[in-house]
Parts: sequence; C-alpha cells; structure tokens
Amino acid sequence: MDAKTSMFPSAYELDAPKGAEGWQELYPYYTRFQPSRRGEEDQKFWFCNSQHWPTPFRSFDTIMLDFAIKCLGQYNSRHLLIPPANGIDYRILNGYVYFSPVAVAPEDIEARVPMFMERAGHYFMNWDDLLAKWKVKVKGAIDDLNAIEFKALPETEELEIVTGGVGLDSTNPLFEGYEKAIELCYKIWQYHFEFLNLGYAAYLDFFSFVKEQFPSIPDQAIAKMVQGVDSELFRPDDELKKLAKLALELDVADALSTGDADQALKAVAGVKGGDAWLAAWEKAKDPWFNFTSGNGFYSTDKYWIDHLDIPMGYVRDYIARLKDGDDITRPTEALLKERDRITSEYRDMMDEEAQDAFDAKLGLARTVFPYVEDHNFYIEHWALGTFWRKMRELSALLSDQGFWPEADGMFYLSRTEVRDVLWDYAQAWAIGTEIHGGDIWPAEIERRAGILKALQSEPPIPALNNPPDVITEPFTIMLWGITSEAVESWVAADDAGDELRGMAGSPGVVEGIARVLRSPDELSELKKGEILVTPVTAPSWAPVFGKISAAVTDIGGMMSHAAIVCREYGLPAVTGTGKASAKIKTGMRVRVDGNKGTVEIIG
Amino acid sequence: MSNIYTLPFDQIGDADIARVGGKCASLGDMTQAGVAVPPGFAVTTDAYLAMLDDTGLRGALETHLKDLDLEDFAAVEAVAQTIQTSFRAHKLPPAVEDAIRAGYANMGADMPVAVRSSATAEDMPDASFAGQQDTYLWVIGADDVIEKTRDCWASLFTARAIAYREKNNIPHIDTLMSVAVQKMVNAKAAGVAMTLDPNTGDRTRIVIDAAWGLGETVVSGTVTPDNFVVEKVLQEILDRNISDKHMELVGDPAQGAAVERAVEPPRNTAPSLTDAEVIAVAMLAKSLERQKKCPQDVEWAFDADLPEGENLLALQSRPETIWSQKAKAKPKNAYATGLMSISNTLTNPYGGKVKTK
Repeated sequence: MDAKTSMFPSAYELDAPKGAEGWQELYPYYTRFQPSRRGEEDQKFWFCNSQHWPTPFRSFDTIMLDFAIKCLGQYNSRHLLIPPANGIDYRILNGYVYFSPVAVAPEDIEARVPMFMERAGHYFMNWDDLLAKWKVKVKGAIDDLNAIEFKALPETEELEIVTGGVGLDSTNPLFEGYEKAIELCYKIWQYHFEFLNLGYAAYLDFFSFVKEQFPSIPDQAIAKMVQGVDSELFRPDDELKKLAKLALELDVADALSTGDADQALKAVAGVKGGDAWLAAWEKAKDPWFNFTSGNGFYSTDKYWIDHLDIPMGYVRDYIARLKDGDDITRPTEALLKERDRITSEYRDMMDEEAQDAFDAKLGLARTVFPYVEDHNFYIEHWALGTFWRKMRELSALLSDQGFWPEADGMFYLSRTEVRDVLWDYAQAWAIGTEIHGGDIWPAEIERRAGILKALQSEPPIPALNNPPDVITEPFTIMLWGITSEAVESWVAADDAGDELRGMAGSPGVVEGIARVLRSPDELSELKKGEILVTPVTAPSWAPVFGKISAAVTDIGGMMSHAAIVCREYGLPAVTGTGKASAKIKTGMRVRVDGNKGTVEIIG
Repeated sequence: MSNIYTLPFDQIGDADIARVGGKCASLGDMTQAGVAVPPGFAVTTDAYLAMLDDTGLRGALETHLKDLDLEDFAAVEAVAQTIQTSFRAHKLPPAVEDAIRAGYANMGADMPVAVRSSATAEDMPDASFAGQQDTYLWVIGADDVIEKTRDCWASLFTARAIAYREKNNIPHIDTLMSVAVQKMVNAKAAGVAMTLDPNTGDRTRIVIDAAWGLGETVVSGTVTPDNFVVEKVLQEILDRNISDKHMELVGDPAQGAAVERAVEPPRNTAPSLTDAEVIAVAMLAKSLERQKKCPQDVEWAFDADLPEGENLLALQSRPETIWSQKAKAKPKNAYATGLMSISNTLTNPYGGKVKTK
C-alpha cells in the first residue's frame, strides 16, 4: 500500500467541523499536528483513544491528558526500561485524542533487558510492601488536596499580618494553593502508573502463555482466571446495596422514596430508625462516594459525593428490587468457585511442564492484578474527584469575582491561562482597580463553548494514516484492544451489513432491546432487561449492570471497565465495536454474542 | 441373573472387561458412574466360547481358516461365506439361549433393543475395529435377539475382518466377541460428540454432530449433520452450522426394525438441538472425559419418551485415539517463567509476531 492510498486519512487533510474553526487555540501547541512536521507525522499510525476521551474536552481538562500520557511514558522509558516500548505519543485533532506508541529501535532492545530485569524484578519481589507504601502516598496526596482552601481576597488584611511582621498577603496562599493542587494532580498521575505498567506486563505474560497453550481460548476466559472478586472498585456499589437493605430493615424505605436527595435525607431524619440509617449513609460517603459517573478525566464528571441524587437514585432502585424479591448481593463465593473451576479445568488440559509454568505465571498475575483493578478507585475516583472539587471551588470563587458568569467557567481556560487570571485578580485587588478578565472571559468562554459544541457534533475518525503490518505493542493491545483485526474492522466501518464486530468481552448470548446512551446523565432512562449500547462505560455505572441484560461499547479491550464489570455480573459484553452507538438506535432489537464478539441488528 | 453367559451393565466390574469387550465395558463403566445409559446386558465371551465348543464350530473354523491366501480375494470371500453359513446352521447352546431369554425378559415384555457387537480386539491400539462388526437396531422378541446375537458373532468372520487379522497377525480364534443387548432409544435427535476438535486437536473445544432420529445416520455419514462447537470450560456455544438433514432413521415397531424416513421442510433445515440441549450434550461428553481421564468420542441420543432433563442418554464412549497419540509423541517443552519470560513476552507478544533478532 503506498502513501497515496493510505487506509486512513492524514491529520492534515481533515477539516474542522463547521463552527469549530480555530479549535486549535483550545489546546497547547505540543498537542497539535504541526504543519512543519507533516512528513514524519504522516508516516506514523495514530489511533483515536475514544475509550478514555470519548468526546472533545474543555481546555483545562488537557491537564489529564498531559499528565496521564507523560507519566505512562516515564515508567516505560526512564524508570523500568520496558525493553521494546517507550511511551505513547499523543496529539489532539478536532478535539479528539490520537495515540501513537513509540517503539524502541530493535538494536537497542537487548541492552535494556538487564536493567528492566533488575528494576521490574525489584517491584515484583516487593510488590505487597511497595503497594502498601503506595496507598500511603496516594492517601497523603488526597489529604493534601483536601487541605487546600481557596479564599476570596479580603477587603483589608488582618491586623496580625501587619503586627506580626509577616510581610506577605493573602495572594500567596491563593497562588500556592493553585500550584499545589496542580502539583498534587501531577504526583497522583505518577503514582497511577508506578505499578500499572508492571501489572499489565505480568498479566500479558500469563495471557500469552495461555494463548500459546490454547490458541482458540477466549480472551475473557484468561481474564476470569486472574480476576478478583473483592476489588475495591466494587465497594461503592456494594455500599449502596447495604444501604438499601438497611433501609428495609430499619423500615425507613418510604421516607427515602420521594423528592431529591436532600429532601429524602431530611425525611429520613424525621422517622424512627432514621438516625441509624443516616449514620450508615454518612459512613459510606467517605471514601466510597468519591465515585464518578464518568472516568475522572473530564471537569464535567459528576461525582456521587457532589451529586447525592445519583447514589440516592441507585439506592431507590435497589430497594425496589429487594421488594420484588430480587437477590442483589454479588455472589462472591460462587464467583470464586467459578474462577477456581475455570482455572483448574484449563490447567488439567496441559502437560506437566506446562502446568508448572502455568502455576508460576498465574501466581504472579494474581498478585499484580488486584492493582490493575483497585487503582482505579484510588486514582480516578477518589484522588481526581478531590482534585476536581478543589478546582470547582476555585472556579466558583473566580466567578464570584466577576471573571465569568457560570460557576464552572474556569474549565474553558487552559491551566496556564488560569495563572493569568489569578494574577489579574491579585493585581487589581492590590492596586485597587477593576479586574480586566471580566471584560474578556465571558465572551471568550462563549466562543470556546460554541467551538466545543461543534467539535462534539462530529464523531472521530478512528485512525490516521497506515497501520503497521502487525500491531504488537503490548500495552496498546491490552489497554485499548487495538489489534490488527480491530483495525481491519474499522476500515470496513462503512459497510451496510447488520452485524457489528468487536471484542468478546464477556461470554454469553442475549437478544433484546437496545438503549443507546451517550452520557452518564442519561443513565436513568435505562429500563430493566435492556441492552446498554454506549461509547464507553465507567465503573460507577455498576448499579445499572444489575438492570441490563448485556453491554455493547464502541471502544475498549477485554480489560475495559465494561468487560470487567460484565464478567463480574455474568452479562454478555461486546467491546470495541467502533461504531455501535452510532449504528444502533434505541428501541432496535439486537443480538449480542459475547462469545464471538458480534452484535447483530435484528429489527 | 447368576450365570456366566450374560451380565447386566450395572454389574460389569473391572475384572469382567475381557469377558464383555470394549463397548460393553464402557457401558458398564458409565452405568456405574451414574451416567444415564439405556439399560441392558452383555452376552459374554463365555457364551461365544460355549457356542464354538459345544457345537463343534471351533473345529470347522480352524479348518476353514488354515492356509489362507490373502491375495486370493475370492477364496477369502468364499471362506467368509462358508463360516457365516455354518454359524447360522447351529443353534445356540441351550444354557446360553436360556440366559439371553432371561436377560431379555428382565428388560420388559417385547422391549425393542439394539444388538451390537463388542469385540475384545476393539481396544487394541490402532486396531480401529469399530464399525467392522454389526449393529442391529429395533430388534423385538427373544427369538430375534438370539438370532442377532449369533449374527454378531458371525460378523467376526467377514472377509474384511479375516483379512485384517491375517495381515496383523492376530489369531482368529483368540479374537473373542461379546454382544451388547441394550434398550432401544426412541431417539428424537442423536449424534456424536468429541471432547476435542478433530481438525486441530484443540482440547478446549467440544465438537458435536447431531441429526434427527437415531444417530446411526451421523456415524455412517448418510446425513450431513448439524455441527456445533462448544467451549469446554466456559460452556458456551461458539459456533453452529445447521445443515439440510434430508432423512432420519426411526424405529418401526411393526417391522421390528429401524427405517429411513424423509424429513420434510421446514424441519429438515431446523436445528436438531436447542442451545440448552447442545450444552447438555457437551457437559455429558465433558463429564465422560473427566471420568475416563482422556479425550472421548461419545455417542448420545435424546429419548422422545423420557421427560425433559432426563432424556439425554449416553450410548457409547470411547477414547479418542488420533490426537491423543500425537500428544504423547510430542517432545517435552521447557517454559520460561519469571522476568526473563516477561521480557520475552513484551518483546514478542503473542508468540513472536515480530522478530527482534
């Protein structure tokens, strides 16, 4: 295939959607395809990471992209020396994120092996100790974030500042608080990847071994052998179930049944047994309601703890199901038994030498795998949730000062522009004049919101330029489900057939009515037994998995949230279809085959 | 039924294997392991020996089989014909006949049965005797059962069987024959299941062929069966190919035989098994594999007369030979573990699609 007939378009030939002209100014220069580099950029294969960034995002949110991708890279390239893989290069095009894995030159791989073995070896050998330290570090960062307070600058400085000979003013804690929050967010992202790459590496080794033994084994069968049943990722949902049960036991369910969360909480406080239930609710909130209905990467994410209507709605759903006689508990014992059965049955089919290797690899995979699941609660939910809350407080404060009318206006600015705004605020306060930003930002924010809306109106092109002959980069395959087969299916994306192909995420076959959801705000539309079709799911959607009969996503591999949760709930899932949420309409009848990874539109 | 000539399936022990042949031993095994198997009994090799010795057949056989010229097809065929005739010319010894009548009467009045040969040589490695001896379906009445038992014995001496033994230096008279008399299944659908993929040897798969009526159409290849592939551990159907099953073999009580009957549309192209039935067959085959500790080739049927949930019966289970032999011959592999392996895997994910050296 020559360059003229490349499989996917060049970044330089794609126009911005109508109304999104000038979108480039929303994002930093280093995230863009620069005209001066066209020659080399067109030689690379870029795939759209719509699993983590399903829709175009506001300028401030670039912080998550920057930090995540830089920190993923540092462990591959500088800490652990993963032999064949450096980091993943990233660009933003029309508001969507494109990735291109950076391979190590073949001749340099061997020299990295001894360093990798020493460094990775240290982590694997001391996994539990290092992980215990990790939890302390992350909780410390969360505490530090919570300690940050953004206060409006005072009319007059306190007398003690003068008499104490401090010589500084209230702008210092304002600036410091902002810088501290950014720095903590950056640290949190470093912690995020400290263990993750290794976790995937060990899992990939186990995965490849089992595939070699049984070439036709479904990917999800391998995942099932290592998956835990007590991941902290399931705790928030479990807490809601406990609260639902408790509400029935204490006979306070009726008090909870109407109004918004505040009204329900007031009502329950006034009935007998209400105090005990409220105490349980308060206890569950910290930390388990630090749970986003998105993925933590967007300033628009709604965390339960800030939007109590969300968990309250789920509690009501669970109460209703308990009243119907449903068993809503997670059958952890049965799940463990099933995991053991699957593991031993595959093991029995191997010869003795293979069994020994299998046991060793399985042991390591099971040691590291809990992190792969649990980190998500600590980082994306708890820590990033705390970060976003602090930033929202700052945005609201600046809104009060007249910088923008909406409380969340700040997120339309880049994190660098926010520094200018803080300065604007400080200088005007000190000099005794008006801020300049009040004349600038409201209109600029409106302009940017318009651009964003235009960007969001168009789905992304799945990839750019030509894929390599075979895609083998391990993290790309594990995390994003980008395989040669997947890329081929994107090319055929325009075919008129009624069958969609994806990854077999969780086994089982189900037929039912589709419900297409584009954002977490629409979750309440789901009806029992429907098939969820969505660009991507988040762990906090767990309560809806008790309602649906299958899940279909546009993007995601076998380790994606939808696949993990569906396996846990015993629901069929097909992930990484590329286009299901565009092609399927709510109300259509579809057949989801989680064994083969196909979705068929029946009518 | 305490005689040496017959043995009910539920009483066949390990010590009896030489006396009942491979097929009956396997039926006994399954029965005692609690697998649903149509009831019946074995006519033991002692009965066969009594037939040879009490009637003088042995002498006749020895004479006929002496100095055979394998190249002379006509001569071998003539000898085979003569032996068949002499078997039919002799009545069974009275004690043997009584034992068979008693065993048959035990199954219920005029019970339709299948009469199948169960040769002791079937178990010999690579002696795929299976199918060289006879099977009689839908046999009714003690007289007919006795006659078909004798026919089974005689089938040891078809021209093909004689030639096979000569060529492989297997003594003719030492190859003994037991006969299985088994309650006939009124098969709604039937077929075979292998606990590995016969095309690839893949042990994670169970491959099922199924058709309407009795499974003989599947075994003999007279009907293109539906084909199902089941993931053995996850117990999920991976693939299904539904074919045009133009006819079925069903019992005709009036004739006392199984007869072919055309399958009319749309039934001919309808799946012969529901998904639940496919899984049930797969789980039956899987449990037999676990019980016998090696891949199995299982014949099964759904009985139309039995209630759902109890209607799946195992008719036969034998070890799969082709891939199992290959697996034994495979050289032992040393596998890397630990960091070196992780490093290799990262560099060569999925078995080395990219060579780095």
